[in-house]
Amino acid sequence: MKNYIDFKLCSVVVLGLGILLFSGCERDLSDDVRFATFTTNPDIFTDDPVGLTDEFFESFDPATGANPEGFGTDNDVAFEGSSSIRIDVPAPDDPDGGFIGGIFRDRGDGRNLTGFDALTFYARGSTTATIGEVGFGNDFGEDKFSVIARNIRLSTDWRKVVIPIPDPSKLVQERGMFIFSAGTESTNGFGFTFWIDELRFEKLGTLAQARPAILNGVDVEQEGFVDVPITLSELTQTFNTETGENVTVGVAPSYFNFESSNIEVAQVSELGVVSLLDTGEASITATLANVAAAGSLNLNVTGGFDFAPTPPVRDPEDVISIFSDSYANINVDFFNGFFGGSTTLGGAITVGDQNVIRYTNLNFVSVEFSNPTVDATQMTHIHVDIKVDEAVDVGDTLTIELADFGANGVADGLNSDDSVGGSTPLNNTQLASGEWIGIDIPLTSFTNGTDGGFTGLTSTSNLAQVSFVSGTISDISVDNIYLYRE
Amino acid sequence: MNKTLIYERMKTSFFCVVTITLAVGFLGCENDDTQTVARLTTLVWEDNFDIDGAPDPNRWGYDLGDGTEQGLPGWGNGELQYYTDRPENATIQNGVLLITAREESFEGFEYTSARLLTKDLFEQQYGRFEARIRLPFGQGIWPAFWMLGADVDENPWPAAGEIDIMEYRGQEPNILIGSVHGPGYNGGDAISKEYTLENDRFDTGFHIFGVEWGPDFINYYVDDVLYNQITPEDIEEETDGEGVWVFNKPFFILMNLAVGGNFVGPPNAETQFPQTMLIDYVRVYEFDETLFDN
Repeated sequence: MKNYIDFKLCSVVVLGLGILLFSGCERDLSDDVRFATFTTNPDIFTDDPVGLTDEFFESFDPATGANPEGFGTDNDVAFEGSSSIRIDVPAPDDPDGGFIGGIFRDRGDGRNLTGFDALTFYARGSTTATIGEVGFGNDFGEDKFSVIARNIRLSTDWRKVVIPIPDPSKLVQERGMFIFSAGTESTNGFGFTFWIDELRFEKLGTLAQARPAILNGVDVEQEGFVDVPITLSELTQTFNTETGENVTVGVAPSYFNFESSNIEVAQVSELGVVSLLDTGEASITATLANVAAAGSLNLNVTGGFDFAPTPPVRDPEDVISIFSDSYANINVDFFNGFFGGSTTLGGAITVGDQNVIRYTNLNFVSVEFSNPTVDATQMTHIHVDIKVDEAVDVGDTLTIELADFGANGVADGLNSDDSVGGSTPLNNTQLASGEWIGIDIPLTSFTNGTDGGFTGLTSTSNLAQVSFVSGTISDISVDNIYLYRE
Repeated sequence: MNKTLIYERMKTSFFCVVTITLAVGFLGCENDDTQTVARLTTLVWEDNFDIDGAPDPNRWGYDLGDGTEQGLPGWGNGELQYYTDRPENATIQNGVLLITAREESFEGFEYTSARLLTKDLFEQQYGRFEARIRLPFGQGIWPAFWMLGADVDENPWPAAGEIDIMEYRGQEPNILIGSVHGPGYNGGDAISKEYTLENDRFDTGFHIFGVEWGPDFINYYVDDVLYNQITPEDIEEETDGEGVWVFNKPFFILMNLAVGGNFVGPPNAETQFPQTMLIDYVRVYEFDETLFDN
């Protein structure tokens, strides 16, 4: 019997050494490795797509400008083997779509990626452009474990790209194998081509020193309002790589565990949405794979928020919106120019998922939109919602002014083709304390002179400013600034 | 026990030994260096850093400042740190010595750190010198566990000789460098070898860095891997006969964490501070020539 045991012991040692031998020198996982649950196949594209859906590349919706025509494989170019993925990035004015992007999905129920720590591939460009976004975890479904790396720099030779997995333990069943989106922002609108080869998940072992962050790593102090949810943003994970670089990826909220210091006041969902339940103070912090994230949201919830009424639905052709959550807004340079002589503080703020303008210590303040200026000749009115955040007394007035910057679109001052005019001042009977009042003024009514010496608005071809002026009212909220036609 | 059984047993044992020998033979996939198996017989000096607080003054002294006092501003390498003996830069916690480099304004410098050494407290000729260390990381971070000839005051560097058991660039977190410096082979021309830790890094766990040093060889180890051997012949070959073997005399031990300097370059915006080198222990074993057949 002893003999038998000896032999078994020996076999165990020999077998053990055999395993050591193979694990020491061979590191690639076999394609045949399968668990009872979901496949652990690491490969996405080698010379052919591996285990992907039949369509392989699923483009973003062409209605959003995505160009579904520029994707294919190339049998003349390969980093390894005989074929690579070829992506032709279109010019912005391409009739088939001005950018290219989409996803690859696992053809089955998804893969178990818990044994890997990165998505890697080799990329090569026809020029040294950048790919806007590359990542995985997007499946045109919940995108629950989405990871996006931005601005991947291409070389005209093959270069390895490493996209870390923020926390592999989350990826027990992932269908989103790959996502990319590329435009010509880095090439001044010139189309270019890039190739991708040997696209797979890998266990590198050299990604370490994780530094997760929420809110860009900033400790944000914010006023909160009951029943106005706040979505946590700027969620990232950073790893130090073998080459000493720090690689940061944008990370879906579900990788994090969020914590509220006061669940009577604030609670956070796994999607990073903070619900505010009651007045009080609460701090929101997060961890990712047991590492504390930099950044926090420190809320002082003072009560409910009184939002401006939602403006009516209008044909987009009938509206030029400067500031509204209900319409697509034009480009605004600033919501407070802090001009010389102005005492006004404040500007646009975010309340939950909405935006509002709040000014304090008002004397005059301008919202400027000169890049480009607005041709409002087809519009008839300007609409503004105003709430006075203090008592309204007899004798209080508030004046709205419009400025046109003339043909050159630049503020040239008096004695130029610029024109500025005020409307009839709103008085205490037209405003209310703590109540949103909708103001509609015909664009033809801005005929009054201004304190700056202008003598009335004479053109609406190059509108560039709307201003609020008061000698008596200090604190106001403003929302839904838009031009429209009846 | 009958004869058949004995025979069977011999047969399996033989098979077993042969197979294991073959397997071990193949295990060192890349290493062709002659391997002298570590003989950890007589421990003669150690610090396990078991008592929290300041390092034991009977074992460790400090180099302070920027080296100007020693006539070596930047410690001869353009290093950026100012060394102190404050607990902020060197302290023992939970049985581990922490040497910490900090970004702070101090005595006109932007960084502080510490260098500990056994000069005038402990020196030894030959033996095994090892330390179990977890390294820091980041561009411009330069930790080292090394030795200098104990006669360095009378016989200045490079004549005194230097054995670098562990050097490492924070921007290459999986590469270890072991070197010797002496007359005719020093600074950028030191005799060096790198060791790459595959699929792993030196800043995520503890590793044992050691040399086994005898009259005509210095063997470099990381964990249980021998990755280099330097002999008088190597020095002669690499220096065309100009270099001199200066390693037949006592040396003392140094441990430090430098910031910047010409070996690593300066830290950049991505370098995280503070950075800490964690030392679990330092041990020195006697050299027993009967155990070495080199």
